[in-house]
Amino acid sequence: MAGLAAAFGSGAMTNSIEELAGADTIFVIGSNTTAAHPLVADRLYRAKKNGATIIVADPRKIQLALTADLYVSQALGSDAALINGIAHIIIKEGWQNQQFIDDNTEGYEDFKALVEGYTPERTTELTGVSKQDLYFIAEKYAKAPAGSIVYCMGITQHTSGVDNVKSLANLAMLTGQIGRESTGVNPLRGQNNVQGACDMGGLPDVYPGYQKVDVPDNQAKFAKAWNAELSPKAGLKIPDMLTGLNDGSVKVLFVVGENPMMSDPDQHHVELALKKAELLVVQDIFDHQTAQLAHVVLPGASYAEKDGTFSNTERRVQRLHKAVEPVGDSKADWEITQEISNRFGYPMNYASPAEIMDEIAQVTPQYGGINYERLEGEGLLWPCPNQDHPGTKFLHAGGKFARGKGLFHAIEWRAPAEVVDEEYPLWLTTGRAHVHYHTGTMTRNSPSLHALMPEGFAEINPVEADRLGVSEGEMLQLTTRRGTIQAKAMITERVRPGMVFVPFHFMEACANVLTNPALDPVCKIPEFKVCAVKLDKAA
Amino acid sequence: MDYKSTLSVCPYCGCGCSFYLETIDGKLVGTKPSATSPVNNGKLCVKGWKVHEFVQSPRRLTNPLLRKNGELVEVSWDEALDYVADKLKKIKAEHGPDSIAFLASAKITNEDNYVLQKFARAGVGTNNVDHCARL
Repeated sequence: MAGLAAAFGSGAMTNSIEELAGADTIFVIGSNTTAAHPLVADRLYRAKKNGATIIVADPRKIQLALTADLYVSQALGSDAALINGIAHIIIKEGWQNQQFIDDNTEGYEDFKALVEGYTPERTTELTGVSKQDLYFIAEKYAKAPAGSIVYCMGITQHTSGVDNVKSLANLAMLTGQIGRESTGVNPLRGQNNVQGACDMGGLPDVYPGYQKVDVPDNQAKFAKAWNAELSPKAGLKIPDMLTGLNDGSVKVLFVVGENPMMSDPDQHHVELALKKAELLVVQDIFDHQTAQLAHVVLPGASYAEKDGTFSNTERRVQRLHKAVEPVGDSKADWEITQEISNRFGYPMNYASPAEIMDEIAQVTPQYGGINYERLEGEGLLWPCPNQDHPGTKFLHAGGKFARGKGLFHAIEWRAPAEVVDEEYPLWLTTGRAHVHYHTGTMTRNSPSLHALMPEGFAEINPVEADRLGVSEGEMLQLTTRRGTIQAKAMITERVRPGMVFVPFHFMEACANVLTNPALDPVCKIPEFKVCAVKLDKAA
Repeated sequence: MDYKSTLSVCPYCGCGCSFYLETIDGKLVGTKPSATSPVNNGKLCVKGWKVHEFVQSPRRLTNPLLRKNGELVEVSWDEALDYVADKLKKIKAEHGPDSIAFLASAKITNEDNYVLQKFARAGVGTNNVDHCARL
């Protein structure tokens, strides 16, 4: 999100999901949409039926590739080079939208000078994508009446993640494919309320509504609203919290609804850090690997057992209604926090989630016009600044960017932090399978879903299977510089020779034992999508 | 027999599909997609159709647990909450507010997140709040 915020001034999906069906060209990069966001994929298929050109760029031949007009398999970690190469062609051919660039953006000249170096020849060398395919993408996207970009963690989970996103923002500004219906740069958020958690200030540097904590006016505003003295210093991001636990500067980790033991890279390192906590509190709906290390475990109520709101990937705030009583003695998370806060000495007395939303609306400009009554039905898309505002279907209308002028960034391609060598000769990438979700806490406790896919696996190309003498279903051993796991071989052309894919849902074949914790320098996202691995037939 | 159908939103991916949770006498028995939702237009994916299944699983956490002599044992809410609040007070007094860190969540509601970060910032006095947006 840091990438889009830097370019446009707002880090959210620019357009709504339903608009995708009306696009003329859709460029899908680093998103296994059918598996990870099935109902967005539904719009892509509908767009295709309406005559749209669908272009898919993904190192792995995902299901969407089978119906795409063009599928390209770029080398792992070569995204910025690919995007610069496309921009190079657009400028060389004069397909850019000069009027849009002149009126609404800044930084174009530096960007133009940089992409000058990404000739088709060099781009092909870096990415493995042919010159002909590069031209097809450039022309179809630039010339489309409405062109849309869809991306996901395949773009962001790299040491160059923020740069990759800025590159996509460049492409949209270059062609003026933003600020109109069915265009835009559209990050698909992986979790149901990741947008909402960010909107609500679940980040170390911002209060609710992305208001920076180190701006004195913001501090004063929230100090008054909350009747408290506030720290002027931005807090720690997750990797720094773990480092703090290790070096003793952090004593307490209070974890709500997460399983960092499984979702974070390099599991052994995470375990060592968590074990050093003087107090580890885990509040969740199921027991998991992090809870087993906790000093205190607090049972939370699930989505079906409480009232509240979630904000989806297109910024739609929607109401969930309590359908059943919480199991056992479990309680809604806000109630638990309120009780701790009262005992701690900071009084809170919310009677209901509706009352909390009223306070959110008072301090969060984007949610200013939101209340429970208005949310009944379809919900509202933020920004919704006041009671009379209908909500906002797409952002940056008419090229009026949230930050003023849209900002081009001149981005050089950088290699991944770890590349293949003699000892670890294959590329490893990770992702989701359609049946399961994230660390599997919910889906693996769902009998029908468990029955569909009871265990983990590793996808390898028939070429690798032959080389190792492994047949379908036999156990493989995967080793990286961080650790070793075993998983059943799934032999498939979805992955190229020289590449291995492991889903990260399965504790017993845990992808994150293997992954590289090297971080993007700006947003500190780990490089889950690329590292070097050694493959053997399990003994 | 008391049949109810309650509008809810999916807890899995970022699409935010709506559906009706079907209950009979307080037991979840099924999921029906919302036909009027602009997100899912009456459709659901394989995970969505089965989204009621895990809620009343016998493996859910149902009681507060506190580690005593190395083992997590069931305790009352009062005991668990007092323990956490006392420990937070003590550690804040000894090591300052920035020795305490919170992981908010992409799985809990906006209201849950808001109250949690408010407690961290206004109650404890630290901006050490993050969640797994990047993971």
